[in-house]
Amino acid sequence: MQLTNRSIVVVNKQMTWMEKLYLPAIVMGLAITIKHLFRKKATLKYPEQTRAFAPVYRGMHVLKRDEQGRENCTACGLCAVSCPAEAITMIAAERKKGEENLYREEKYAATYEINMLRCIYCGLCEEACPKDAIYLTDRLVPSEYSRGKFIFGKDILVEPIDKRVDISKRKKAYQIKS
Amino acid sequence: MPKVTIDGRTIEVADGTTILQAARMIGPEVAPPTMCYHSKLKSSGGYCRTCLVEVTKGSEKDPRPMPKLMASCRTHVMDGMEVGNFTSTKVIEARKSVVEFLLLNHPLDCPICDQAGECQLQDLSYENGSAKTRTDFERRTFEKIDIGSKIQLHMTRCILCYRCVKVAEQITDGRVHGVFNRGDHSEISTYINQAIDNDFSGNMIDVCPVGALTDKTFRFKSRVWFTKPMQAHRNCDKCSGKVNLWYKGEEVLRVTGRKDQWGEVEEFICNTCRFDKKNTGDWTIEGPAHIHHHSVISANHYEVFTKPQEFKLNVVTPITIEEGSN
Repeated sequence: MQLTNRSIVVVNKQMTWMEKLYLPAIVMGLAITIKHLFRKKATLKYPEQTRAFAPVYRGMHVLKRDEQGRENCTACGLCAVSCPAEAITMIAAERKKGEENLYREEKYAATYEINMLRCIYCGLCEEACPKDAIYLTDRLVPSEYSRGKFIFGKDILVEPIDKRVDISKRKKAYQIKS
Repeated sequence: MPKVTIDGRTIEVADGTTILQAARMIGPEVAPPTMCYHSKLKSSGGYCRTCLVEVTKGSEKDPRPMPKLMASCRTHVMDGMEVGNFTSTKVIEARKSVVEFLLLNHPLDCPICDQAGECQLQDLSYENGSAKTRTDFERRTFEKIDIGSKIQLHMTRCILCYRCVKVAEQITDGRVHGVFNRGDHSEISTYINQAIDNDFSGNMIDVCPVGALTDKTFRFKSRVWFTKPMQAHRNCDKCSGKVNLWYKGEEVLRVTGRKDQWGEVEEFICNTCRFDKKNTGDWTIEGPAHIHHHSVISANHYEVFTKPQEFKLNVVTPITIEEGSN
């Protein structure tokens, strides 16, 4: 059965005098090598250089804060129930008096953990979130030596107040789609 | 024995049966949704208007249709009556408006509400409501009232179904709470903030169709769909002792009464069973409670465990390498 028409029939014919010299073949081969020296490189010098990400790239998660720096997440559990890999767990707690500047609603996530090894980066958590709290970003999950370090808690996931994670590009891309 | 036809299905029922009861006898395909009606509470129903149906033929003797949509929980059947529920566009339209009215002042704080996942208003609005609100007005808010250490009252979520008032009247002796004020200002409260302290007061939590009355001992402990309901019973001198235990891991987070397919409590339980017995040792476990597969609680909920068949398509035999051969 013939699958493609690229197969070459090998013929045991005698080489001509020119072919026996080998020199033209070597020159032709070198020409190809030299041509590639002047071409654009296919690789990047990571991490000094990075590639441009698609606006909807699904990388490491971030737990957002609102404009006043309060955490958006209310531990409603919709991300955890929508997660097909069951990577998200959380424990809720009630906001006490004096914590109004930390958490936006009456209830907040006391612990919020994502097992990055289980996560398949499908983005369903982001889609399920009713509070605009969780987003996948274009950041990459750093490599680690032990499995335990891949269980990311709130210390890694919540964005720092002074170093906000920009998700405006992502939000815009989604708005056009819908 | 009057014969009634609901959505094209005829049933013969006893005298004095309401349309709602007759529809429930036929099955959930024709039963109108309810919010304020509760089969175990006398004189409940008639407040929420979600069970409105269209009576296209009054009776055999008087075949004229009823001029307005009727509340099926309060309308008795008559011989030869013909009722349209899900087949009537008028009813579907009216129900959509009723849901809109019920949600007019509802805060929609489902992400922080403990009732989310088993809330009847959530189901109702999901099935009948529109996705967007049309009101621009501020939703009404209330001063927080503490009605005791066991029950949490969120007046903003209340839809004024009066079920809890009926429970207090009919199940407990001496009601200390009720509905104050009128119309848009109505609210549930206790008399001079008197704490509700009665052996059967906890049943108000179970009958509340929304998250207005919730268990304070369960407050923010877990979302309902992360807990696993188990049927259990114990010998109780005050009540039947038949309950659902809601487990998270080994821990009993909450004890509630058992609910039937309409979301109404089968047997009322006492506060000792509800709030004080939260060890597995206090109970005789009967088995997992049945959860309808449409409910979010059924996520990862296994009632019967069947071991998957072993995969035997290609039986792999170990390869033996002869000595001497490379």
